[in-house]
Amino acid sequence: MREKIVAEIEKIAAEQEKPLKPITDDLEILDSGLDSLCFAILVARLEDMVGFDPFNTDDDIAFPTTFGEFFALYEKVPA
Amino acid sequence: MDLLSAINASSGPAERHLHGRERSIDLRAVEQNCYLQDPAETLAGRSIMLLCGDQLTVAVALIALDGVAASILLCPPDIKAAYLPELAQQAGTELIVGSAGLIAEHAALGFPTLAIDPERPTAAARPKGNSRETAWLLLTSGTSGIPKIVRHSLAGLTTAMTIGPSADPPVWSTFYDIRRYGGLQILLRALTGGGSMVLSDADEPVTDFLRRAGQHNVTHISGTPSHWRRAIMSGATNLIDPAYVRMSGEIADQTIIDALKNAYPKASVAHAYASTEAGVGFAVDDGREGFPVSLIDNPTGPVDMKIVDGTLRLRSRGLAAGYVGNATELTGDDGFVDSGDVVERRGDRYYFCGRKGGIINIGGLKVHPEEVEAVINRHDAVQMSIVKGRKSAVTGQIVVADIVVSAHRATQDIAQLKSDVVAHCRSALPSHKVPAILNVVPSLAINKSGKVARSHA
Repeated sequence: MREKIVAEIEKIAAEQEKPLKPITDDLEILDSGLDSLCFAILVARLEDMVGFDPFNTDDDIAFPTTFGEFFALYEKVPA
Repeated sequence: MDLLSAINASSGPAERHLHGRERSIDLRAVEQNCYLQDPAETLAGRSIMLLCGDQLTVAVALIALDGVAASILLCPPDIKAAYLPELAQQAGTELIVGSAGLIAEHAALGFPTLAIDPERPTAAARPKGNSRETAWLLLTSGTSGIPKIVRHSLAGLTTAMTIGPSADPPVWSTFYDIRRYGGLQILLRALTGGGSMVLSDADEPVTDFLRRAGQHNVTHISGTPSHWRRAIMSGATNLIDPAYVRMSGEIADQTIIDALKNAYPKASVAHAYASTEAGVGFAVDDGREGFPVSLIDNPTGPVDMKIVDGTLRLRSRGLAAGYVGNATELTGDDGFVDSGDVVERRGDRYYFCGRKGGIINIGGLKVHPEEVEAVINRHDAVQMSIVKGRKSAVTGQIVVADIVVSAHRATQDIAQLKSDVVAHCRSALPSHKVPAILNVVPSLAINKSGKVARSHA
């Protein structure tokens, strides 16, 4: 799943012509080169891919700060 | 009363400041220093276009010009240069006031110019004793193509601002640009209510902005839900400790309300409803999305509201005086303005369901589906298309498009074709209007009038 997410991030950064830092668990999402729009596109495309939007739930969720936290939100999804 | 008089008349601490990203200005100094780089006499009664870079320049210009100029057209930072000649004509512009760099950049507009620079106070005195009511001309964000000009007065703009608990001393801030209605509200509240203000800067990382706001002990801070989601994702929300947190400009859903209450347990968290045309409608601070039915049935403030054909209508003293240079009437015969925001009643509450006409709201920036469809449909491979908003927890909504491929291109590699269409959109549209997701569909439903059927909220 992680590889799929990273591949999608790289694709979106290329489409949006944003310089992207190497993705690591500690990297802060807002510091990666992705802006809010890139991140919104990422979440929507991942939902189409895995049928799941971790932000659209009735449960309390913590908004992720780092990519490690973001990946963790998708871990319960079968890859 | 003009803005400078209102600043001086407001009761507050002796030391009050406007904090820009690079420098701060002592509000006690604005009376003597008007920062205009030429004698101010030429401004009296003139119609002025304001073209400024940073927001501190905008703020000192507004203080210098209100009560002196006949009108001030506030050009937002992202205004397309191509629109300026027509906007100048509609507003009757006679003089451009602004940052020296921007004035030079737009020299081709052909107006006399006057530079203003918060770094260089000048003793140039404002004309005194002839205070007039200056028209404040704001641009709408909701129209496709050239924005409409909406005329307000200072008195109207400062009506109906029911904003949060009191604080001593109040220090206001907003993620908004003060050239937008949402930001201007906060600036005027700070200036006329005895407060200081921390101004945002478009290029500043959110963490740096929050740190700056925290250093100045911000007490009241506003932004769109998208601004706030970004702040929460920055992990830097603990840099400020406000008494009041406000959202406006987009639908505030329960998730973001809860996230902010969690981040700021001591603060009052409110979401407000306002528009450039209608002014401030109301603010809700009960921690729930939507608004109570009682606001409609038993109006308490200076705003009357009603719901007709599923959309919210407002009538208030904060209502704009009208559009400028445009025949469209702002209000119906009854004095109510149709916000275009669709609401639905469930129990004792109304909930926002989106925009009439399907307007998509991307983090506060509005997109007309038809505008994007027109671009997509120009692509040779596309027979027809429909553009819609899709809910996003990050930006409120994103733009998605369904396209039907022309028969002569039906055999083409679909992935390649999609990326061609997106590239075509990117060349013609700003990035928030480019479809984030493109689906190829076999056909689109057509309604009785021969148009693509839209299912609006």
